[in-house]
Amino acid sequence: MLKTFKIGGVHPPENKLSKDKKIEVLPLPKTVFIPVAQHIGAPATPVVKRGDEVKVGQVIAQSSSFVSTNIHSSVSGKVKKVDFAADSSGYPKQGIFIDVEGDEWVEQIDRSNDLVKEISIDGPEIIKKIQEAGIVGLGGATFPTHVKLVPPKGMKAEVLLINGVECEPYLTSDHRLMLEKTEEILVGIQLLMKAMNVDKAVIGIENNKPDAIKLLIQKCKSYNGIRVQALKVQYPQGGEKQLINAVTGKEVPSGGLPIAVGAVVSNVGTAFAVYEAIQKNKPLIERVVTITGKGVEKPSNFMVRIGTATSELVEAAGGVPENTGKIISGGPMMGRAIRTLDVPVTKGTSGILLMKNEEANRGECISCIRCSRCTAVCPMGLEPYLLMTLGEKQIFDRAENERIMDCIECGSCSYTCPSNRPLLDYIRFGKGKVGAIMRSRKK
Amino acid sequence: MSNLLTVSPSPHVHSSDSTQKIMYRVVYAMIPAMAWGIFMFGFDAIRVGLIAIISCLAFEYLIQKYLMKVKPTVTDGSALITGILLAFNVPSNIPWWIIVIGAMAAMGIGKLSFGGLGANIFNPALVGRVFLLISFPVQMTSWPVNRLAEVDTVTSATPLGLIKEGISNGIPVSQIQGLPQISDMFLGIGGGSLGEISALLLILGGLYMIWKKVITWQIPVSILLTVLVVSGAFWMVNPEIYVNPVIHLFTGGLMLGAIFMATDMVTSPMSPKGQIIYGIGIGLITISIRMFGAYPEGISFAILIMNAATPLLNMYIKPKRFGGK
Ligand code: SF4
Ligand code: SF4
Repeated sequence: MLKTFKIGGVHPPENKLSKDKKIEVLPLPKTVFIPVAQHIGAPATPVVKRGDEVKVGQVIAQSSSFVSTNIHSSVSGKVKKVDFAADSSGYPKQGIFIDVEGDEWVEQIDRSNDLVKEISIDGPEIIKKIQEAGIVGLGGATFPTHVKLVPPKGMKAEVLLINGVECEPYLTSDHRLMLEKTEEILVGIQLLMKAMNVDKAVIGIENNKPDAIKLLIQKCKSYNGIRVQALKVQYPQGGEKQLINAVTGKEVPSGGLPIAVGAVVSNVGTAFAVYEAIQKNKPLIERVVTITGKGVEKPSNFMVRIGTATSELVEAAGGVPENTGKIISGGPMMGRAIRTLDVPVTKGTSGILLMKNEEANRGECISCIRCSRCTAVCPMGLEPYLLMTLGEKQIFDRAENERIMDCIECGSCSYTCPSNRPLLDYIRFGKGKVGAIMRSRKK
Repeated sequence: MSNLLTVSPSPHVHSSDSTQKIMYRVVYAMIPAMAWGIFMFGFDAIRVGLIAIISCLAFEYLIQKYLMKVKPTVTDGSALITGILLAFNVPSNIPWWIIVIGAMAAMGIGKLSFGGLGANIFNPALVGRVFLLISFPVQMTSWPVNRLAEVDTVTSATPLGLIKEGISNGIPVSQIQGLPQISDMFLGIGGGSLGEISALLLILGGLYMIWKKVITWQIPVSILLTVLVVSGAFWMVNPEIYVNPVIHLFTGGLMLGAIFMATDMVTSPMSPKGQIIYGIGIGLITISIRMFGAYPEGISFAILIMNAATPLLNMYIKPKRFGGK
């Protein structure tokens, strides 16, 4: 029997159109816009100004606190300006515009493809280097990785879980990475294990990627302490709490962190970035991005420099199809609809999905028929129909008691509701308000 | 790009399911029983069915359009279900105007006075049925004899009615005349209202609905088991004054109620645990009414009473939360 998480879940059509497409290197763009806030936590502080010459891998914005991270130039050339422009959130964010000239890299970076297995530095040094290299969770959460590796006082990590689930429909960047950078990922996992001082790591992969499962099982034999766990396809298995539950059977307590059950979760993309940062001295300046959609001419996986405009990717995949109605940064379940193709690829961009007009619109919302489907699919065991009503009616104390803050915003409820009710929209609103009330209470 | 892009919060995809599809699946599940009713009672069954369906749809449309002044929702399939269920619940020789009154009670009192689909507390078809049962007890409880019956009478009382009358006159159950064979009741060769006569076809419809995930097994199974166990216990103590539990199962609309009416999702609890409590409650109340109450059958009242308890069950029985307390 394949493992999976115990409560709820849905299985939307997978549509992994680009799963057999090798990762291609996207040609260098002419300009990039690199936001200084690409992670959860404090934005980094720009350390370059207009007219400065920069090289690939050079720090251009410095981490401003512990929960923050460095930003590096992904190209070489001249800083055009430091200014505000919209990122995928639609809001203007500070960032650095660079006009690309040539492709000159910082000297210490090893650009060869040779696999470096030997680990020559110790745990604390690994963590320091991860922090310097600007590594964040590449699954989409973009939480600074070095913060996760240092457990809060009195807690101890026992196992490292590597997320190779990629449960979002359409996305294939992690899948391709596992196939093409297999050993690099495994070395990256060993680095993370050493940094955390644990001797066990489990890579969770959904069963719709049998090639990746087979390959990793075979390769991980020569890496101590790492094993692969095949999982039943079930959304949102890539959620930290769901993955931990699926693999270990444990439940992270309400309001708690994964470390409370001795687990730390990292994405396969992050493991690869860690490998590159430590073994190759290469900071996080590029990532794999899937570009896909039913109307897209050539669904592809590209290795993209951070800061490249989305339009470049779309062009490389054959341009915007005629009847495109919606463009998503990320997957269809949790991604963000973007307004223009000018927004840059950032550390958290796992894919760009172009949806047709007819896929873009929601169906008409009608009355709740109390079918309890939303309750049945909620992976957190909540009652979305009730939380929506409480949000709508602004009954926040009751919403808090009904554990609205446990919602992981996976969207399974809205996805399932036969009456097309915008459950998650109202739950988000309620969460925002309840969160504010809880914070003000603490003060 | 020339065209405007849609920007909305996630999720950006939706399952292919819709409320209308769910409602129509319920309708499909009722087709076998409906067809059997038409075969058994002929033109009368078609007449009752059409009157019930048309008047339910019409009342929903008219009340929504002219009284509530909202967009009518007649196409969502729920009024159609109420119409069919109402037809299932009346004898096929009932006068047409009684059906129309029943439809008015079902749609007007049972559904729209609460605000329409999803807001009603009681199953609309049952509100209609009980309204008629109280207003027209004679017409509602005498049944035309169907084409396969050998006896040559125009109407007969229901099996439960016969038993109730017999027991109150001091006749032991084993000597009550005119009871149909259990196998006849199962197959649907006995008397009864339109849709309730064939337990077999009702169960078939129920299985279809469980397969299509329209309903869960919890409600019908807990009702039927409760009735079987409780009536069985009484029967074993004294078979002369208590009826064989199997007769309880196959008569008085129990199957119809357990499979098609108690499972109405709007008026039944959301959580599996709540559904089991609800089902046990319906079973117990049904048996109490049948054994000790004034009415020979009890399922309609039992469901309505537990409908009223549903908001309470939803309030206090919570799904298992992830991450404990
Ligand atoms: S979005 Fe929140 S409420 Fe909805 S299913 Fe996911 S966790 Fe549950
Ligand atoms: S899935 Fe939609 S219709 Fe069903 S109970 Fe939840 S909110 Fe109501």
